[in-house]
Amino acid sequence: MKTMINIALPKGRLGEKVYDIFEKSGFECPSIKEVNRNLIFENEELGIRYFWAKPSDVPIYVERGAADIGVAGKDILLEYSPDVYELLDLNLGICRMAVASKKDFRDDTEKTLRVATKFPNIARDYYSKKCRDIDIIKLNGSIELAPILDMSDVIVDIVESGNTLKANNLVPFETIVGISARLIANKASFKFKTKEIEAVKNGLSAQLEAQK
Amino acid sequence: MQLNEKVLKRGENAIFQLRSLYQKYGYTQFKMSKFEEYDLYVRNKDFLVSDSIITFNDTNGRLMALKPDVTLSIIKNSQGSSDATQRVYYNESVYRVSGSTHSFSEIMQTGLECIGDIDNYKVCEVVMLAAKSLQTICPDFVMDLSHMGLISSVLDRCNISEDVKAQVIHYLGEKNLHDIKSLLSQYDVPEETFYKISSLINIYGKIEDVLTPLSEVFADEDSSPAIFELRNLCAVLQSEGLQDKINIDFSIVNDMNYYSGVVFKGYINGIPSSVLSGGRYDNLMYKMGRHCGAIGFAVYLDLLERLQARDRKYDIDTVILYDENSDPAAMSKAIKMLTDTGACVLAEKAIPENIKYRQLLKFRDRGFEIIENND
Repeated sequence: MKTMINIALPKGRLGEKVYDIFEKSGFECPSIKEVNRNLIFENEELGIRYFWAKPSDVPIYVERGAADIGVAGKDILLEYSPDVYELLDLNLGICRMAVASKKDFRDDTEKTLRVATKFPNIARDYYSKKCRDIDIIKLNGSIELAPILDMSDVIVDIVESGNTLKANNLVPFETIVGISARLIANKASFKFKTKEIEAVKNGLSAQLEAQK
Repeated sequence: MQLNEKVLKRGENAIFQLRSLYQKYGYTQFKMSKFEEYDLYVRNKDFLVSDSIITFNDTNGRLMALKPDVTLSIIKNSQGSSDATQRVYYNESVYRVSGSTHSFSEIMQTGLECIGDIDNYKVCEVVMLAAKSLQTICPDFVMDLSHMGLISSVLDRCNISEDVKAQVIHYLGEKNLHDIKSLLSQYDVPEETFYKISSLINIYGKIEDVLTPLSEVFADEDSSPAIFELRNLCAVLQSEGLQDKINIDFSIVNDMNYYSGVVFKGYINGIPSSVLSGGRYDNLMYKMGRHCGAIGFAVYLDLLERLQARDRKYDIDTVILYDENSDPAAMSKAIKMLTDTGACVLAEKAIPENIKYRQLLKFRDRGFEIIENND
């Protein structure tokens, strides 16, 4: 029997772009484009099996070995620090993690800085390196509201075009780290399916190189 | 009493087999208390896998901890010194926060430590025993060998701070070349050194494929002791017929402040994380004021339950129904006849719920009547 590789892809626009690259690299799975309620798509001949997962869940599937490899944003990897290999930067979904606030914001170091974010670990790490005392407000969406309603002084969030911030009169003023999609692998799977995982990695890397 | 292997769980079985393996090589069991003074862990916080520890006050007010780690306790209590080597094995529970659940769990660990005058042979012996431990548990295993001495000989050539070094080591552990590239581009790292760092990620695989390219890239004086040690190790593992199961892979990294030489991790097919982890930790010994070397490893036995045969078809072989009037003596005699054949038998007055049984018998004066047979 051929060794099967399980691949976790992030649901959504990024995931579709990622699948395109997989397809162009020779790891196609036509059934994935059919409209139906299936969760898992298989190409037995090539020995690959895809499934869609919530983007923030991809590292969990990979870390626990349900998926051998997967694609996850660097933001999620930094936030949850799963114990996985990060084999390749796919240079897709490029954006940055930034600190943003109202235009007239001035950091008053006499006060604890109130930070609203979906990424408490990244925010904590960033400010602890700057020795800045902060109060983290963990939100799950619409982070921009927090400074507008004066619940927080700043936000730490993903900035892509900056349009959402601009529409809410916020400005990004510090970049914490650049973000893009990464190919990750379960460490144990990598030991037992080395050749198969290398083939995917090399195929993707050659395809990305050709697209440049 | 004869032990039936079927009764033992995978982990329990492994404990017995590993114990006899370690005893064969002159290791003696090290028994210790479940508690240790908290102070010991505070001083060596980074050595621990997680920094959360369960603490409590002893009757005299001292702050105590439930052991999160065995190695530190062994070092503290061991007699090993530069002229006398102490070889011990242990089988203990440790209490740690497990990764994703963020709650404490009890983890069964077995392993060994060799403390004292550590020479080439002793390093080989411990690494060989680690590989054999994995083989004992499951023949489908892989062990990765790495060398902190080699990694630090390369990083010492970069003019970078300890923080950046730690970050590079973290990326090595992720096989993350793209982030190393962007990190080191901010510093003045010579081309040749960068090539060596990327080789640490790119060169991996079976011993016989890797040793030659490795010694070509790391031909300098600083790296040669590490390469020499790896060569020795590979020769020993080859002579034990284990070469197909051993990889050299520098993504196995440990904290340089504690580990100095060879480090290794073992994986078993079907378990998503490493089940064995170990290395040479001379630097920890110096930190603890001991002037000798040490090397050891631990096997995480709780992970082995994942290997248990997936679905046991039946919970019980035979369920026997009896009633008020059944004669206990006659019944126990009849049941003994069944258990003597190796079957497991449950006697109940009514059919128990949620139990899958092979056959259902009714106890009558003259013997059993078969009511249901699921085979």
